[in-house]
Amino acid sequence: MLYPVLEVSGLVNHFGEQVVHDGLDMRVEQGDVFAIVGGSGAGKTVLLRTILGLQRPAAGSVRIFGSDVTRMSEAQLRPIKERYGVAFQSGALYSGLTVLQNVQLPMVEHWNLDAGALEGLALLKIRLVGLDADAGPKYPAELSGGMVKRVAIARALALDPPLLFLDEPTSGLDPVSAAAFDDLVLYLHQHLQLTIVMITHDLDSIFRTCNRVGVIVDRRMESDTVQGIVNHPNPWIQAYFHGERARAREAGAAHGA
Amino acid sequence: MAVEVRRTAEGLELGLAGDWGAQQLTTLSDELRSLELAGAQRVLIDTAGLTRLDLSDAWELREFVKRMRATGAEVSFRGPPPDQLRLIDETLKDTGGAPRLPPEESAGSAGEARAVTVAVGRYTVRAWSDVLQWLAFFGRACATFVASLPSARRLRPISITRHIYDTGITAMPIVALISFLISVVVAYLSAQQLRGLGVDIYVVDLVTIGVLRELGVLLTSIIVAGRSGSAFAAEIGSMELNEEVDALTATAVDPFEVLVVPRVLGLVIALPLLTIVADLVGLTGGALLCRYLLDMPLTQYVNRVNESIASTTFWVGLWKAPVFALLIALAGCYHGMRVRSSARELGHQVTLAVVQAIFLVILADAFFAVLFWKLDL
Repeated sequence: MLYPVLEVSGLVNHFGEQVVHDGLDMRVEQGDVFAIVGGSGAGKTVLLRTILGLQRPAAGSVRIFGSDVTRMSEAQLRPIKERYGVAFQSGALYSGLTVLQNVQLPMVEHWNLDAGALEGLALLKIRLVGLDADAGPKYPAELSGGMVKRVAIARALALDPPLLFLDEPTSGLDPVSAAAFDDLVLYLHQHLQLTIVMITHDLDSIFRTCNRVGVIVDRRMESDTVQGIVNHPNPWIQAYFHGERARAREAGAAHGA
Repeated sequence: MAVEVRRTAEGLELGLAGDWGAQQLTTLSDELRSLELAGAQRVLIDTAGLTRLDLSDAWELREFVKRMRATGAEVSFRGPPPDQLRLIDETLKDTGGAPRLPPEESAGSAGEARAVTVAVGRYTVRAWSDVLQWLAFFGRACATFVASLPSARRLRPISITRHIYDTGITAMPIVALISFLISVVVAYLSAQQLRGLGVDIYVVDLVTIGVLRELGVLLTSIIVAGRSGSAFAAEIGSMELNEEVDALTATAVDPFEVLVVPRVLGLVIALPLLTIVADLVGLTGGALLCRYLLDMPLTQYVNRVNESIASTTFWVGLWKAPVFALLIALAGCYHGMRVRSSARELGHQVTLAVVQAIFLVILADAFFAVLFWKLDL
């Protein structure tokens, strides 16, 4: 492929006086698992919303599969939106629909298939994210937090997109579920040849699943391989990867090994 | 993306080529279903020309193979089958093919009568428990109100003021407009009828008594039910969805005290005020119509208004307002608190809140009509 899957350049976002991004650059190649990291309020969610076209940036461009989505109409965006899936932080499952219907919704809107095929395809996606078929008729309110996140991924994968966005996929999960979730992300990445962009705070997740990390510091992004970013001189990045909690994790890892 | 069919000595050979992406799924599905393969004993699938096979397309292919095998054909792949098929087999391994969803409850012809009985029974039980819950809600709201009476802080005057503003002040334009229009309509209709009898002075009586006793307060209540009853239900309902009500309870703050009582008190104060506005504007509308349609001098109109009303007419209308307000606010809050778990539920409860509020208001109005008649007011 000649162009990167996702390329953000010179992005500027501000709310009134408050500048969130000032010349932010970001580049995700095919097959990457890219983590977006940053302090609370650093603008991770704003960045994701800009990439998804939920808000327009003040300046700069966002290219997905080579097309600048900031300058496209809703109709032009449609074929591009078919090629990425998004799992929102709290799941954003449609509360009035069952799990099966949630996963089917993108298929119903984009494809013209009979009910049997839709049901089979939706069940395939539900199984793919590690849920049992009997989760299908349940409503989102009846699901546990971990299941909601899995259904969100199943729905994001409904149209077989090559690019997947995850917003804090392991937040709110216990360590065992979070580790299982990392496994799922790895499994999907390997078997579906996905490119994955995720916002995360979870150091374990980053070391386990990601090959590249972009840290938002001072309204810009520093991105590198995981090893490269760990050794980055920026004090905030140092604190993030070598702070109290990170050391505890390293100690634990050494202890376990 | 293409399916090429070749007939060979052993049977059929299908050559799959090109991009089989999710975007092409619909076309692909149609194509696989419309293939003329009747009677083929052996089918060989050649996937060497495939440049891409998305999971959904692989699933369609797998279903196709299953259908062919069901007709007794022998299906094989030239070379190893695509990885995606193996992944799907792996994924669906323990589900035993396509597991069925629980079947819908179906009633046979014999069970028809039974089903109707069950439905009626269920509905009755639910309706009865609804009434009980309504009463329980009303009781709890009253108890909370009484308990918070001794302390000004717990009555939350600021919150009440906000609700008076939201439900009263901001509703004034629409209430005034509708009251004006309705009184003009009443005056106009009665003028048409009474003029033929030569007693068009009674137009004034009709408008005055109609607006002051009934129309002013009833129309205002219906507008407020649509405006504020729905707002109460939606506000509290979305707080329920967001677990905000649970958060209040968990911090030992009574949601009735913070959410229900201020809304009820706010509306009980605001609705009578709105009714006064509606009465004033309604009478003005009648005056304008009489002046310009019936050429009645304004002084004559005012005199006739004074003659036609008893000392109680205005108060009879106004006394109903707080009762209606109570019903509207309680219906809104009650249904808001009943929202559970889904956006559809929110819409359903908001609808119920408005419908029930209007129904209760009209029911109470009928009750008042009989009561005032018996009391000779």
